Amino acid sequence: MKTFNYHVPKNVKEASKLASTSSAFLAGGMTSVPSMKLGLATYKDIIDIKHIKKLSGIKVSGKTVTIGATTKHAEVANSRDVKKAIPSLTKLAGGIGDAQVRNRGTVGGSIANNDPSACYPSACMALNAIIHTNNRKIEASKFFKGMFETALKKGELIEAVEFQIPVKSNYQKHPNPASRYAIVGVYLAKHKKEVNVAVTGAKSSVYIDKDLSKALSSSFSSSAIDGMKLDSSEMNSDIHASGDFRASLVVTYAKKAVEAC
Amino acid sequence: MASLVGSRVERKEDKRLLTGKGRYTADINIANQTYAVFVRSPHARAKIKKVDTSKALKASGVVGILTGEEIAADKIGGLIAGWAIRSEDGSEMKVPANPPLAKDSANFVGEPIAVVFAESLDEAKNAADIVKVDYKVLKGVINTADAMKGEAIHDGIDKNLCYDWLLGDRKAVDEAFSKADKIIKVDLINNRCVPNAMEPRACVVDYNTASEEITLYTTSQNPHLSRLIMSAFGGVAPENKLRVVAPDVGGGFGSKINVYNEEIVCSWASKKIERPIKWVAERTESFLTDTHGRDHVTHAELAVSNDGKFLGFKNETIANLGAYARVFGTVTPTYLFGPCATGVYIIPAAYSNVKAVYTNTAPVDAYRGAGRPEATYTIERLVEKAAMELGIDRTEIRMKNFPTEFPFKQTLIHTVDSGDYVAGLEKAKQMSDYNGFAARRKKSEANGKLRGIGVSSYFEACGIAPSAVVMSLGCGVGLWESSEVRFNPTGQVSVFTGAHSHGQGHDTTFAQIAADELGVTLETVDVVHGDTDKGTFGMGTYGSRSLAVGGIAIVNACRKIVAKGKRVAAKMLEVSEDEINFKDGEFVVTKSNKKKTIGEVAFACYLPGSRDSDFKSPLPEGEEPGLIESSFFDPANFSFPAGSHISEVEIDPDTGEVKVEKYTAVDDFGRIVNPLVVEGQVHGGIAQGIGQALHENTEYDETGQLITASYMDYTMPRADNFPEFNLGFTCTHATTNPLGVKGCGEAGAIASPPAIMNAVIDALDGQEISMPATAEKVWKACKLLKKSNSKAA
Repeated sequence: MKTFNYHVPKNVKEASKLASTSSAFLAGGMTSVPSMKLGLATYKDIIDIKHIKKLSGIKVSGKTVTIGATTKHAEVANSRDVKKAIPSLTKLAGGIGDAQVRNRGTVGGSIANNDPSACYPSACMALNAIIHTNNRKIEASKFFKGMFETALKKGELIEAVEFQIPVKSNYQKHPNPASRYAIVGVYLAKHKKEVNVAVTGAKSSVYIDKDLSKALSSSFSSSAIDGMKLDSSEMNSDIHASGDFRASLVVTYAKKAVEAC
Repeated sequence: MASLVGSRVERKEDKRLLTGKGRYTADINIANQTYAVFVRSPHARAKIKKVDTSKALKASGVVGILTGEEIAADKIGGLIAGWAIRSEDGSEMKVPANPPLAKDSANFVGEPIAVVFAESLDEAKNAADIVKVDYKVLKGVINTADAMKGEAIHDGIDKNLCYDWLLGDRKAVDEAFSKADKIIKVDLINNRCVPNAMEPRACVVDYNTASEEITLYTTSQNPHLSRLIMSAFGGVAPENKLRVVAPDVGGGFGSKINVYNEEIVCSWASKKIERPIKWVAERTESFLTDTHGRDHVTHAELAVSNDGKFLGFKNETIANLGAYARVFGTVTPTYLFGPCATGVYIIPAAYSNVKAVYTNTAPVDAYRGAGRPEATYTIERLVEKAAMELGIDRTEIRMKNFPTEFPFKQTLIHTVDSGDYVAGLEKAKQMSDYNGFAARRKKSEANGKLRGIGVSSYFEACGIAPSAVVMSLGCGVGLWESSEVRFNPTGQVSVFTGAHSHGQGHDTTFAQIAADELGVTLETVDVVHGDTDKGTFGMGTYGSRSLAVGGIAIVNACRKIVAKGKRVAAKMLEVSEDEINFKDGEFVVTKSNKKKTIGEVAFACYLPGSRDSDFKSPLPEGEEPGLIESSFFDPANFSFPAGSHISEVEIDPDTGEVKVEKYTAVDDFGRIVNPLVVEGQVHGGIAQGIGQALHENTEYDETGQLITASYMDYTMPRADNFPEFNLGFTCTHATTNPLGVKGCGEAGAIASPPAIMNAVIDALDGQEISMPATAEKVWKACKLLKKSNSKAA
């Protein structure tokens, strides 16, 4: 790993001020540290935001669950309040990586990185999340721009993620057997007015599958999407799964999600 | 005194290893050490035009940079192939030179070209980044099956062919096949595996400028052998000036048998730069440069009669050696493979033909089981397919062809001394509730799942090995093992062994054996291994040999101790030797019940005299003081563990996921010294075999880049991939060693891949699928199955 300057700002303002084109915010470091070790990423300045108290914690209101950016996966997975409000969210958090990863990795880190096979972005999309940054509020549908790309600007820091509590929801994942990231992850959320089927792992970035969402909005049953064929031309294809396999898995896991609701 | 042999003694080494008190090579630091980083080829095949170190030499902290030119100028020898295999036409195998630092050409991604030594690891890495190597990139030969069609990658090695080996009688096989009712055929790929020891390779070298001694701490399964090779072939230093220490080693699985480039280079360089050197592989370096395992492409046929009798067997195999032939590289796909390819069956005619090829990939060598997993996979796939095609129950067809009389002269080489294959399979059937499978299958089907059952009966030749036999087959050394047993004056015992423990639990099992032989407590015995400056020369640990060869050397040395003890006790007790009986640590005069403990005798051996009289030595005349004995044991034959494993899998046809629902293993390891340790070995072996069958895939792209070079892409099996393993044992004692023991370290990895694959293929109604049976492959097979079923309907 190349050497870097390590900063521990006391508050968000200070953190934001330290940011530059050659800096990175560090929360759990579950992606950035391995990338730096492998020489895939180098930074002049690492800005450790773990110690900014304001960024961590869980708040549940009648309609929303708000999770601070540096809240760890394990904290979400073990939160009774979250489990009561959105059980699928605790399930998702409890299935990320392994125990060590869940005790370091954070929700803010996950969505800021926007790995195409990360789990959390699908929850944001399905649960109509609003991403609170130090400057503004961004709707999930406008936040995830593409592979490892988000709407965040230089120095902009995620403070919290506000999820809308659905009527019913479920998360299903076909894990990559090696890394246990999602080959395909399907987050299904039934809201009062619509059904969202958010898919991660399948394409270059998380997306709402309109066909599945539409079919399930009109009839919320697995038979409504049984045998549905999705277009695989934009699906990821790698040594673990071809586009065709992914396309089929999306439907399979959407069905499983409906059945589990 | 209760016998320790046979008891579930908890591992003595675990307190140390599990509480962070182990001492691995990377834990060792020498004052004033430099850090080594290797410059490695990013290309699978390239000519090296120029290595420019000028800029890197000026970088911060750099102590020195050495290249292939310098090591060649110093006439340091390269890596070696340990076995000379002849082709069917009698010609010698073709082996390319494998210099420790490549000078003219690089032949796989990761091959070392140069090495940088610096004051810190960071500085060494930074400098290594700016060593400029000018390559002429050539098209590599990557694929095993096509290797013979590619351009020759080594000068003078036509068709990239190392040898074209034959064992057996082609004519007899042709005759047998001509009389058969049916010929069963399979085309198999035995997938390449990366051994993935938990501890990456490492070495720390300390050169003493005054004594001119090199001390090499290294991750080796066989430190004495490493010293011999580095001295005799590498010319690094004479044996008496080279000490090799393999301290705690975190797993080997065969990948730490070889002496590697880094150990040779750092040992040589330490003398050149007159500084200690430390090198620790990163995980990616382990993936790229540790020797890999398996990688066979096989066509095999079994000639059968309609009533299920096996008449003949043949296999045509292409085995990938990777870029170079290493220590066990050439023997693994031949003598460790072919003789076992006829399995546990009476097959009157057989041959095994293997073409070993060079490719621009990491060298392939022994990997847990070495040749025998490939053999067992071949025959057990054939047998299962035969049962399916002939409509005979898979266990019945096996029973029908098992030998029932021992010694059993197996078709190709081995004479198996003992076994009871019928008992093993019967027990496995009963333990796995084989007869209840149909009901379980129905239940799975009702849930939309496919369920399959698979049997794998195996034997294997391990405990390598009788020196006369292996040397006649081309081995460069004899494969005996040594031990020295030292009694301290105050009664503790040090057992020195040439075997090496890198997870096997020798501290415990060897102590159990010695304690029983000498009649002392377990706590009194310490096992010492892994240091060429301590103990006698030994051949190391691989091929499930530690107990069946090394353990017997300990028994024999202990028996020499008892024999001397008896002579001394006789003098002390003033009787003749034959009036004394040794039992439970006491030399007892049968008639009078007078006795001396072995501790008293040991004390007397070291303090021969008495203060009470003028001169009265307890030692018989001509007897030397001290109580130390050594033994070299060369076994009369291999040991032949055997057994039957039965697995059940359930497949989700929509996701392609294969779940191992049940796994039953019944093994015959002869007499078992420590059931706890043996069960651990079986668990580990099965896990590794299931890894090969379902998860582990080593994939090179067409340019020779290893695309599964990290745990993000290379699937190591995890605990949640396994069911609880249901283990059982049968026991027929080995007749070729005094303990009656057989090797157990590799059996699990040998038996399990076909047990799993037979079950997967059974679930898929006989549809062939290659290892690893990953989700997408299985999903595709399920789709085809659905199609053919709907057509049939």
